[in-house]
Amino acid sequence: MSVLRVRVWRGGAEGAFQAFEVPRHASQTVLDVVTHIQRVLEPALAYRFACRVGMCGSCAMTVNGVARWTCRTHVDKVARGDALEIAPLANLPVIRDLVTDMREFFDKWARAKGQFSGTRTRADDFARVAPQTPARRDVDAAIECIGCGVCYSSCDVVAWNPDYLGPAALNRAWSLERDERDAARAERLRAVAGDAGCHACHTHMSCSERCPKGIAPTAGIAGLKRAAARAALRGKL
Amino acid sequence: MSARGEALLWSAQRASAAVLALCVAVHLATMMYAVHAGLGAAEILSRTRGNALWLGFYALFLLAVVVHAPIGLRAVLGEWLGWRGRSRDAALAAFALALAWLGARAILGVFL
Repeated sequence: MSVLRVRVWRGGAEGAFQAFEVPRHASQTVLDVVTHIQRVLEPALAYRFACRVGMCGSCAMTVNGVARWTCRTHVDKVARGDALEIAPLANLPVIRDLVTDMREFFDKWARAKGQFSGTRTRADDFARVAPQTPARRDVDAAIECIGCGVCYSSCDVVAWNPDYLGPAALNRAWSLERDERDAARAERLRAVAGDAGCHACHTHMSCSERCPKGIAPTAGIAGLKRAAARAALRGKL
Repeated sequence: MSARGEALLWSAQRASAAVLALCVAVHLATMMYAVHAGLGAAEILSRTRGNALWLGFYALFLLAVVVHAPIGLRAVLGEWLGWRGRSRDAALAAFALALAWLGARAILGVFL
């Protein structure tokens, strides 16, 4: 049986990589590797996971320098020979080992007014939204985000400007900006415009490149820029 | 700066970039064409002086530069040096005025 040489981050912001040797298997995921280390080699290793099937968004880590969802990442696709380096997500405070503090990440969703704001009550009929309209298609393209933080961790602008809302929060804002039922769109555009919002994006597209769900936050952010520009020119921002 | 101000700055930078794309291409192509057989300063000035069309073209070019460059520099100063707020905007307004002054001097010297 071949062996993987795995280096895993230990500690908080200050720490070091610890080396482990893990048996290599067919179709092994990076999460399988981390789980093996925690169950067999180092019970004190802290990491986070829940669903193991790419739905919950809790197991993202930096694998050989790239942010990935570890439960759906096969070792064969990312190992350099027999070497793996596993670190916590970048751009987020490290609590311990592979666990990051995601509070700021999700607080920014709230700052981007990521809550749906409806006008109907339970006494009203369902809203009927035609599935083929451009707005509804834009929502479809943006809606599958699982909140894993891979885009936020991959974004250079987040690293340069800590106030920047980031790709995930702006993608959420875009999905609501294009939701014809939402009643807070003007207010949301105000929240996401400016130096900490969509206008700070440099279109590096790392978020779109690395999103495990194939979402393109860059496209949504560009849409927000256009919508904000239109609103500003009409004096409605 | 307000969200509206930021959005308007972004629009101005996009619009000026579109003008610059055209102006830079025309500027480079004209320079290459005009000097391909070798030209002296006196010959260039004899062609440019009093030419209202080129005066208008370079005035537009200068206007686009004066709008575009300070807005781009604004982001660089914010992200790389952490310089934000009114002092940054005041410094960039001074930078824009300096660009306008220097550019206008050059244009007037060549075309009038």
